[in-house]
Amino acid sequence: MTDAVATNETILVVGGGISGLTAALETAECGKNVILIEKNPSVGGRVSQLYKYFPKLCRPSCGQEINYRRLKANKRVRVLTMAEVVNIKGAAGDYTVGVSIRPRYVNENCTSCGACAEVVSAEIDDPFNYNMKKIKAAYLPHNMAYPQRYVLDPSIVGPEEGERAKAACKYDAIELDMQEQALELKAGAIIWATGWKPYDAAKIQPYGYDRFPNVVTSVEFERMMDPFGPTGGRMLRPSDGKEARNIAFIQCAGSRDRNHLKHCSRICCMATLKQSTYLQEQYGDDSEAQATIYYIDIRAIDRFEDFYKKVQADPKVRFVKSKVANITEDRDTHDVFLHGVNTEGYHRYDNTHDLCVLAVGMEPSVRAEQINGNVAGDASGFIEMHEANGAIFGAGCASNALDVNRAVQSATAAALRAIQVVNRVAGAEV
Amino acid sequence: MSVNTAMIEKYRNDFLKEVEENVEEGHWVKMCMQCGVCSGSCPFGPHWEHPPQEIFMMIRAGKRDEVLGSESMWMCTSCYNCIVRCPRELPITHIMHGLANYAHRLGLAPKMNPTRRFAKIFWDNIAKTGRVNELGLSLNLYFMDGFGSGVKKATAMAGVGVGMLRTKRLNPFALVRHKGVQNPKEFQSLLKKAKEVEDRRKGLAG
Repeated sequence: MTDAVATNETILVVGGGISGLTAALETAECGKNVILIEKNPSVGGRVSQLYKYFPKLCRPSCGQEINYRRLKANKRVRVLTMAEVVNIKGAAGDYTVGVSIRPRYVNENCTSCGACAEVVSAEIDDPFNYNMKKIKAAYLPHNMAYPQRYVLDPSIVGPEEGERAKAACKYDAIELDMQEQALELKAGAIIWATGWKPYDAAKIQPYGYDRFPNVVTSVEFERMMDPFGPTGGRMLRPSDGKEARNIAFIQCAGSRDRNHLKHCSRICCMATLKQSTYLQEQYGDDSEAQATIYYIDIRAIDRFEDFYKKVQADPKVRFVKSKVANITEDRDTHDVFLHGVNTEGYHRYDNTHDLCVLAVGMEPSVRAEQINGNVAGDASGFIEMHEANGAIFGAGCASNALDVNRAVQSATAAALRAIQVVNRVAGAEV
Repeated sequence: MSVNTAMIEKYRNDFLKEVEENVEEGHWVKMCMQCGVCSGSCPFGPHWEHPPQEIFMMIRAGKRDEVLGSESMWMCTSCYNCIVRCPRELPITHIMHGLANYAHRLGLAPKMNPTRRFAKIFWDNIAKTGRVNELGLSLNLYFMDGFGSGVKKATAMAGVGVGMLRTKRLNPFALVRHKGVQNPKEFQSLLKKAKEVEDRRKGLAG
């Protein structure tokens, strides 16, 4: 773990989601040495939690597989998982970065055979499935995890469960005495790609996410579609496990709202249009299956307009131009009632749905001002280009609310900026 | 007038400007993005002819007579649901009261609107002595639609009246002698000054 060699010609990439992976691979494939650090036990980020991409409706796993192959094939990238930046010292071309690595309790001998999970009985919430599911406390983060290596939750690293797991491992991969590590890494440039997190839906009080079981977020709904997800790939209501057929989608849940996030999160319109196609996939021509999209305006730009037109033509999807005022629920059936006014004609409605999906907004996982004290950010905390940032470059959703396509473009741009810095450093040393 | 200038005149939107300049908080109207959350959140929603977001659109469409002559903004009960939920933080409640006040000042507000009439009765009552004359206020309110309906309303409310008498909340001799504020002259000059300040702020001075 500690054998990461870094100089001031090394590029440090913080965050191993689609943006960080892209930035790391692009810089490494240009011949630079890269250290990629990721907070979670696996790289892949939020893209690995998606069921399908828009607009092509293909699975993200195939693109990820290509990226992981590139990663394995490239000796210039060193991946450190369960690692976080503690502090950054120095200036452009000469940074010293303090990194702390949490113990995984499983070493590189692991073949992910799963024998440890079989003997462990304790269960924990599965963050990969937004805590909608329980998993064993000795676990592989998810099927596409990279590295393919198990993790032991700190709660079972004790005499009983931990020892049992250790005894079950045929490869001597479990190290119960693994300690937290502190590293100091040199770097010439830093690409900051810590991505986004869904806005806390419970803060949108009138929608009752914290009170009504059948109000879920768009990211949770996405997990439901995964065959390995919490509902085995079916749209089941959290309240009673029945199939949800009459589904409401609420746009701008937290976004474009001065009480919550001021910015437009950009992805939610397309994400909802995509999720509305899941009804056709799940229920075929069942006429009872109906998606109702409540929106202020649909922001499907460029080529996405075609996708929007296709969804508009789908008889399963209905559009209501309205920001929903509030949600109530039937205490017995847990059906949800959406109240508001359809601004096309000013019609008041009081609609019943099986399930309500909040298209939650995007906020940066780490706000710009938290990074190093002097990184410039906008009002929402996304990193802005600024001289004072030195050679810390924002990439992907750390720099703006972006879809995957644009996040990758942003990461490539950040890679080029970082390469320019380390090239300058190399030139100065000749 | 050519066809072009006629069309320009037709669509010239002076009313939005008029609202911005004369109505309290009126400059916010252009910020509305027509999401409809205010109309959906209003507890009196179904009873309004034009809910707030519709009124904002009507202002922008230049529908001056329809807006200023409307009963709608007089329906506002100041519950503040709309302000709390508005994604653009428009002070909708205040705009509604501002519009009502502006319509009233111009003499365009609906003459028989009960909210407007009550507000007027209340103001005339309190402005006289600086303290509300409960008896006078109730009688004025009950009899505002004529003697017959007044007797009916007063009889219906008799129980409350007796209760107020017993707890000394109602002075039965208030019509003869009502105790106002200690210094009525100073109070009147204070009101006069306040009106001057308000008129100056709203561009009505002189």
